[in-house]
Amino acid sequence: MENALFEYLLRLGDDSLILGHRLSEWCGHGPVLEEDIALTNLSLDLIGQATSIFDYAGKVEGKGRSEDDLAFLRFDKDYRNLLLVERPNVDFGVTIMRQFLFDAYRKPLFERLVHSSDEMIAAIAAKSLKETKYHLRHSSEWVIRLGDGTEESHNRIQDALNELWKYAAEIFYEDAVDAELKANGVLPDMDSLKSDWDTIVHAVLEEATLTIPDNNWKQEGGRKGLHTEHLGFILAELQYMQRAYPNMEW
Amino acid sequence: MTNNEWPLWEVFIRSKQGLSHKHVGSLRAADEKMAIENARDVYTRRSEGISIWVVASANVFASNPDEADSLYEPANSKVYRHPTFYDVPDGIEHM
Repeated sequence: MENALFEYLLRLGDDSLILGHRLSEWCGHGPVLEEDIALTNLSLDLIGQATSIFDYAGKVEGKGRSEDDLAFLRFDKDYRNLLLVERPNVDFGVTIMRQFLFDAYRKPLFERLVHSSDEMIAAIAAKSLKETKYHLRHSSEWVIRLGDGTEESHNRIQDALNELWKYAAEIFYEDAVDAELKANGVLPDMDSLKSDWDTIVHAVLEEATLTIPDNNWKQEGGRKGLHTEHLGFILAELQYMQRAYPNMEW
Repeated sequence: MTNNEWPLWEVFIRSKQGLSHKHVGSLRAADEKMAIENARDVYTRRSEGISIWVVASANVFASNPDEADSLYEPANSKVYRHPTFYDVPDGIEHM
């Protein structure tokens, strides 16, 4: 049970950490000042979530690892995030589409996790849900605005959807970890999660006049620690300080 | 100056119940929905408010600074309009 819980917390926390880091790369580079601040706000929300999730994960593991140890001192194969969240920012369209596909999963996920039999998970979910509702609103609005905007913005956000679609399926990856936690009520009634995601995604993409790709090829691996080449570069930047100056505090 | 800039919006924030909305600044946004979202991100990050108004800056009509003399100076000589001609009783604070 502890192993499964620890593993699940890493999946949850790594999604937040890696996407939070990706968004932080926009700091100072946003298309307009207002959006620059919005993207870094999202980033800080996600990194805050990762902090409380890793803090709890460290206690569940019981080996004395802190949230910083888990964030900064693991190797790439120990990270459990979705491949989706480690995809490069590329342009604003890709960043927004990545965010939207993720938010459309996170909101219904946290809505369910607030009923978890694990009180810590329920508390973290309750706090994160408020943030995530806004994230989804923000990314949905932008998908619609770009999709139903100019020819240029439509083409770019459609390209982003075509590129990211194959990574979306991994959101619903399940294995023995999920089965065990479901049996214990830590993961409560998750059956309708995918249909909630489908509903949100279809409604927004339709309003945005975007077309879901025919290609059903699924690219998975992140949940098992098998990442794309991009994660190594993220970790190099993320972990540099702790690797170069071990135990440094600031 | 490019013409592709989004319109400018004036942002008003109410910091708590019972107080009025106060002008805090301006920002650019494509429409009123985006203006509210941007205002939330730009001006309420440190729990500054519980309510936001945005008004398209184009809809704000302002007095002309060149007419300041005729508009405001006449009030300066009418001290009787200020409630200063009575004694405040002892023990009254914060007047």
